[in-house]
Amino acid sequence: MKEIVIISGKGGTGKTVITASIAALAKNKVMGDCDVDASNLYLLLHPEIKEKNEFYAGLIPSIDLEKCTNCGRCQEVCRFDAIKTIKGQTVIDLVSCEGCGLCALVCPVKAIQMKENHCGEWYISETKYGPLVHARLGIAEENSGKLVTLVRQNAQTIAKKNNLELIIVDGPPGIGCPLIATLSGTDLAVVVTEPTLSGLHDLQRVSKVAQHFGVKTVVIINKYDINLENSAKIEDWCKKTNILVIGKIHFDNIITKALVKGFPVVEYSDNTAAKEIKDIWQKLKEML
Amino acid sequence: MIISVASGKGGTGKTTIAVNLALALDKDKGKNVQFLDCDVEEPNAHLFLKPVITSSESVEIPVPKINDKKCNYCGKCAEVCVFNAIAVTKNKVLVFPGLCHGCGSCTLFCPEKAITEEGNKVGVLEEGKAGSINFTHGRLNIGEPMAPPIIRKIKKKIKKDYNDNRDKNIINHHITLIDAPPGTSCPVIESIKDSDYTILVTEPTPFGLHDLILAVEVLQKLKILHGVVLNKCDIGDHKVEEYCKKNDIPLLLSIPLDRKIAVAYSKGIPIVKINSSYERKFIQLFKKIVQII
Repeated sequence: MKEIVIISGKGGTGKTVITASIAALAKNKVMGDCDVDASNLYLLLHPEIKEKNEFYAGLIPSIDLEKCTNCGRCQEVCRFDAIKTIKGQTVIDLVSCEGCGLCALVCPVKAIQMKENHCGEWYISETKYGPLVHARLGIAEENSGKLVTLVRQNAQTIAKKNNLELIIVDGPPGIGCPLIATLSGTDLAVVVTEPTLSGLHDLQRVSKVAQHFGVKTVVIINKYDINLENSAKIEDWCKKTNILVIGKIHFDNIITKALVKGFPVVEYSDNTAAKEIKDIWQKLKEML
Repeated sequence: MIISVASGKGGTGKTTIAVNLALALDKDKGKNVQFLDCDVEEPNAHLFLKPVITSSESVEIPVPKINDKKCNYCGKCAEVCVFNAIAVTKNKVLVFPGLCHGCGSCTLFCPEKAITEEGNKVGVLEEGKAGSINFTHGRLNIGEPMAPPIIRKIKKKIKKDYNDNRDKNIINHHITLIDAPPGTSCPVIESIKDSDYTILVTEPTPFGLHDLILAVEVLQKLKILHGVVLNKCDIGDHKVEEYCKKNDIPLLLSIPLDRKIAVAYSKGIPIVKINSSYERKFIQLFKKIVQII
């Protein structure tokens, strides 16, 4: 069993479009959507939800107004400026709160209780391409890294149970906690970039994170013909860093058209961009 | 006035809108513009504004340091740490700096006063000038998971005396623009909270619409006024426009797909530098926001 994750550093370079096409091309696989903030893969794979689970993580404080004497001790110790006094009453700003629980521990009258935080949902679904594990982080919630880990663990369990050879993971943008949770211990990271200065800058940072965690990395340059000079720069950098550029994809409206119609592009068209994605999948398969 | 630029989906053009709005306002007479790039995981605004960096400081989270001579391995520190950043064995205390949020619970509760705190560097903050724009951005170190402490430090650079001022004339002439990271979770919240207005940038595709709806939910929860900029407005369908109309969300500006803009973007050149008509469009965008506020 192998797991590949599709990441990018910069958002909007084409991770999900490529993941969906690989999902359509590969055999014996399960998919996981680890972009739990703004999950989009389901918009192309059209899952039927089989199992819905609640996601609890972390703790949030609540104040018992009858017990609270507004002594201000909690406000004094909170390092996240999450406790304020409004019209003489101590109030907690849950948006700023990190859930450390120090306020509850120091409260002399035990007016603050820490409660389990419901911060999302995760699903096991069936699609015409195979099973999909996906999630939805609650609005403005934390703990996205833990939800990512849950998605990956469940995809692995499904793969083992059904003797599936491959786990295909759509990753989040950025290099912080959800990305690290997506990347750690995976077999291959595919970085999708674009020939812009931002694309190159962000590729460099995310590749360093992959390297830091010892994950093998390859690169896809999407819309490579938008700026051939920058595409050459990306290839140069990859060569110097010993990262393989596994393929390049033309800028093509058909990709947006397929997206609007809700199809993986390889199922919608057989033109150049679709062929390029198929070639990329052939090469990836040989690497795994 | 604090205006943040955000989007659920990445790559829709947040940085483009923030940068061009900053440049247009900077040319407008009497305006004082501050630019904060809060996308500390993948900061890009400097590639377009090309600021001259004049100062740099490291961002640190205070993590516990155990004094072995005083510690008696009672385990209280591990008990109070909800982030599992400390483990205590019979004769050893293990600290995991990557998990520590720097809340200080362990220090406060150690009965032996055996804990002091030392800074764990998680990133860097840089300040400088791009023309007359005051520029600040931050960078999360490779391998570090937590962006919010860096964002909090960037936001401390907001000139409070202007924004606490209730004189409209002053507020409208001192503008802080915030380029937020993509998504809907903690780094985004940290970036946009306390804004007077948030511009949501999206594109007319199912992904763009889906993530816009999530972003609108965030702004409703935070009670921040918001409007939409539709980028590459002619590449997909009309569902974003329909959604905005139905939900009374102002559509502030639509920008058609233009290969010239895309090529300029790829080289780090802002739109207003290649097409001066956009300067006016961005000033109008700002005026719409002023009217709404």
